[in-house]
Amino acid sequence: MLATRVIPCLDVRRGRVVKGVNFQGLRDAGDPAQRAALYEGQGADEIVILDVSATIEERASAAETVRAVREAVSIPLTVGGGVRSVEDAERLLLAGADKVGVNSAAVSDPGLVGRLAERFGRQCVVISIDAAMIDGRAVVHTRSGTTPTELEAGPWAARCATLGAGEVLLTSINRDGTGGGYDLGLLRAVRGAVGVPIVASGGAGRPEDLVEAARAGADAVLAASIFHDGVHTVGQVKRALRGAGVEVRL
Amino acid sequence: MAAWRVEVVRTGVANLASVIAGLRRAGAEPAVTSDPAAVRDAARVVLPGVGAFGPAMAELERTGVADALRRRIEAGDATAGFCLGMQLMFGASDESPGVTGLGVAPGHVGRFAGAGPGGAALVVPQMGWNRVMPGPGFDAFGQGHAYFANSYRVSALGGAAAAAGGMGRISGSNAHIDVDSRGGWSVAVAGYGGEFLAAVQRGGVLGCQFHPELSGVFGQAVLRGWLSRPEGRPAGAGRGAEVGGL
Repeated sequence: MLATRVIPCLDVRRGRVVKGVNFQGLRDAGDPAQRAALYEGQGADEIVILDVSATIEERASAAETVRAVREAVSIPLTVGGGVRSVEDAERLLLAGADKVGVNSAAVSDPGLVGRLAERFGRQCVVISIDAAMIDGRAVVHTRSGTTPTELEAGPWAARCATLGAGEVLLTSINRDGTGGGYDLGLLRAVRGAVGVPIVASGGAGRPEDLVEAARAGADAVLAASIFHDGVHTVGQVKRALRGAGVEVRL
Repeated sequence: MAAWRVEVVRTGVANLASVIAGLRRAGAEPAVTSDPAAVRDAARVVLPGVGAFGPAMAELERTGVADALRRRIEAGDATAGFCLGMQLMFGASDESPGVTGLGVAPGHVGRFAGAGPGGAALVVPQMGWNRVMPGPGFDAFGQGHAYFANSYRVSALGGAAAAAGGMGRISGSNAHIDVDSRGGWSVAVAGYGGEFLAAVQRGGVLGCQFHPELSGVFGQAVLRGWLSRPEGRPAGAGRGAEVGGL
């Protein structure tokens, strides 16, 4: 039986870990490679790096960050942020990423998902979806959560899985950084729509939040602030999951 | 301690950096190659896994590395395949019908089927950490959690038995498969919609369906265990029995 993964997320800007609330108000949270190594030691199952740099110039450093983190850890590394082409993805994979996340570029060019899968295999391709509940609809947003689209999260995830995405990274914009718990309604809507793994993201504040997400169908639970702030270690969270009957790797 | 020299076969770009980093961490000195002579003569060879069965096999045949690998594996020389690299050791895969694999291990690569926990549809790809259990005669590593990322797998050794295992209902060990169809291979298993082969071993040859380079402390132990085996000299008991049988 597969263990539910606990994934610390490193939001990186200009080579530093940052963390904001509702995608805004960024503050410094350390060196990516040091953070990643610390979390692997605590029992992290995977590391996600999201490059939130505002400009293409800043983003050029992303491959360097990936290289440093790859040297520091021996667990899977998923990297997203600013991936617009097969070449962008290849650069990150050559630097040491194992999976690449696409978000805005897939919305404007869905064929990119298929091209990535064809070139690298679907296990390499993560569709990253930022969504917010608006009038009962899970509306997909692009450009770091600032721009609403016409797409709904469930059908969009299903379309991407058909095109070649091997995993969905599902982030609730409303809950991100708030510690108010994952958006379980959003999670269930997407769970019902796709048969590929789902990583729940946005809102983890207490270990119980991760338990609820696992029970609602998440194959992996992603969190940032609760680990960065030292409120909980990865190990503490995994023991809480096990205590609640969720299979974890300890 | 001198570093263990390892030739890593170039099959694509994805994941190569992780394989190199993982081997270095385990004490090896890896070099990437697509030269059949280098593969044939190397003390140790790693065949990493990326992409799909058909294109990867086409590339190995085009460069001539496929035959070099076949010879090494038949001889029991230290050769490790990870993920797709293990699948390529078998004869065929449902992922790429009509494509002939290396064909040195008995079995068929099929897509995950069956049900997940609670009877829900199985989530595919299998993406994450699963517990692997060594079977009889398997001594490459002990039990532990390893990281998998795959949609296809081999249910069991042996052609017909593996093909019949498509519904993922094979249970218990592979004891029902006679020794001849095993060809001297021993296995480690894991469960996902039924039992499947997490690893196969014969002499210095090790195929891992999981990614040891991404499997943390457990994966590092798997890599070190394989690297520290006597070069090119089969260490498994199965090999000895095979020679005796001739």
